[in-house]
Amino acid sequence: MGIDSTTTDRRGKRAGRRHPLASVALILAGLVTTGGAYALFTSTATAETANTAIVHQQLVDEGKALFDANCASCHGFNAEGTAEGVSLHGVGAAAVDFQVGTGRMPMAAQGPQAEKKPVQFSDEQIEALAAYVASLAPGPEVPDESLFEGEADLANGGELFRINCAMCHNVAGSGGALTEGKWAPSLMGVEAKHIYEAMVTGPQNMPVFNDLNLSPEDKADIVAYLKFMEESPSVGGIGLGNLGPVSEGLFIWIFGLGAVVGVTVWIAARAH
Amino acid sequence: MAKQDNGESSAAAGSAVENHGAVSVSSGTAVVASDAFTNPGLPPHEPRVTDLDPAKERRASRTVGMLFILSIIGSIFAIVAYIVFPIVPGDMLSVRLNTLFLGLGITLALIPLGIGAIYWAKNLMSSHEHVEMRHATRGTEETRAAAARIFTLGNEESGFTRRKLIRNSLIGALAVFPLPAIVMFRDLAPAKDPVALFKQTMWDKGTRLALDPSGAPIKASDVTIGSVFHVIPEGLEEADHPLDEKAKAAVLLMRLDPSALNEADDRKGWSYDGIVAYSKICTHVGCPVALYEQHTHHLLCPCHQSEFDVANHCEVIFGPAKRPLPQLPIAVDAEGYLVAQSDFHEPVGPSFWERSA
Repeated sequence: MGIDSTTTDRRGKRAGRRHPLASVALILAGLVTTGGAYALFTSTATAETANTAIVHQQLVDEGKALFDANCASCHGFNAEGTAEGVSLHGVGAAAVDFQVGTGRMPMAAQGPQAEKKPVQFSDEQIEALAAYVASLAPGPEVPDESLFEGEADLANGGELFRINCAMCHNVAGSGGALTEGKWAPSLMGVEAKHIYEAMVTGPQNMPVFNDLNLSPEDKADIVAYLKFMEESPSVGGIGLGNLGPVSEGLFIWIFGLGAVVGVTVWIAARAH
Repeated sequence: MAKQDNGESSAAAGSAVENHGAVSVSSGTAVVASDAFTNPGLPPHEPRVTDLDPAKERRASRTVGMLFILSIIGSIFAIVAYIVFPIVPGDMLSVRLNTLFLGLGITLALIPLGIGAIYWAKNLMSSHEHVEMRHATRGTEETRAAAARIFTLGNEESGFTRRKLIRNSLIGALAVFPLPAIVMFRDLAPAKDPVALFKQTMWDKGTRLALDPSGAPIKASDVTIGSVFHVIPEGLEEADHPLDEKAKAAVLLMRLDPSALNEADDRKGWSYDGIVAYSKICTHVGCPVALYEQHTHHLLCPCHQSEFDVANHCEVIFGPAKRPLPQLPIAVDAEGYLVAQSDFHEPVGPSFWERSA
């Protein structure tokens, strides 16, 4: 009964509201709303673009100032390179983020290898420097952190690591010697984005692994594999730096054989 | 006449022997030097503190007892540890803890046992030095005669020397028995001539260079300056023995600034716009050479530190390798993919006996 009464009610109301000008008014209202909203959105969008451009230009200018003060003595005032330092045209923001973000740049002294050391700049300063260098010529960008989130194929990462990276960085990722005083650093404890940037940019004597050689997903798999290695406990106990047979052999020759010699001397010594 | 000659010569020889004999003592006798060491004998016996002081003796015996009790504790600890730290399937850390504590327990059980035994022997057991002479190894005449009798009796009863057919066929059977093994050993050598296999690889005219491990072909434009690609021949997975083929055909592909390459006139056509391909197998003992430095253009072999200069046709600049790495001549096909112009022009990897140079 109640249902019936409401339906009749509604019908009555609908019929009562209908007016000859209703559809015209509706169309007008629709047009005004759409037009107004469009105008509103476009104006904010342009304002935002203009705003980001200004912010970006400020960042680049700030980066230029930092660059002139800290980097230009070796890399030149337009990052064109000098006898002391390479040209930075085209190295991209990723190279700056890696080199400065790991403390390798600015170098303490010219030498065969720029070492990792305490970072000299704040994150904002590094971002500004990266923006300035990226503004000179197109180059690889700082990877998006979302690349390292979610499921990764550890088996694929492991295989690619062993084929492409392990010969220099050691199968356990603990680094190794190169020629004439250079070395491949340990990859343990290195930030995911820095590992990625190193593959993309080929810092110092490391070769470049571009996206056609190792796709961004492949690189993320390699990073995930390294993080897995870093976090998984060593089943065998103390890893002794995972440097391989040389360090392990040295340990057992000194301490193992040392203990054997000591015990032998004690057994053969006469009791007093 | 002959007899006379003989007689004369023998007489001469006899006199020479006589002369020689008269000169010195027989050459078979060792020279006895007058200043030889005399056997100093045993040093004088010195009593230990445990022999002289009963208090110290009691302390030493307590020490040994404590070490043995420690060993008991270690054994019990090992059992407890094995139960307290079980191996949980899938949890690698549990393996480590289980092994660590079980090992510590067993160490604690065995080391004090050994130390206690040695301490006991050194400090409490008799310390008097004495000499034990070796006894003769030769048996008595009776034992020897008895052994000989057993052999004779055995021969009589079995008829080993009498029944010639049995003896000879037994010797024959034992002699023939190892022959199947010798025939099988022959087949341990490669069935095919290995020299021919050493001299050629899977690379051939038009074989595309593919990425290891995916096997995707590589375009020349993919290889940017400073890049290094680990390369296998396309179709490697379909080969009869992919790993054998890979061991010979593995290649390292690098792109240098073309101005950095110093190419010989006869090899100018082997590279493509600064892209060069070299065998990854070291010419020293065959390790994979892949430690590439993009600015110095050095390739380092991790096994014995041989260094190759990629800018100069991979000539050896350091280390034990004697020959440069063989270069794979490459070109680009109609679709832009990198292909081999031919196989390597020389055998890859370390030297072998039949290698001409």
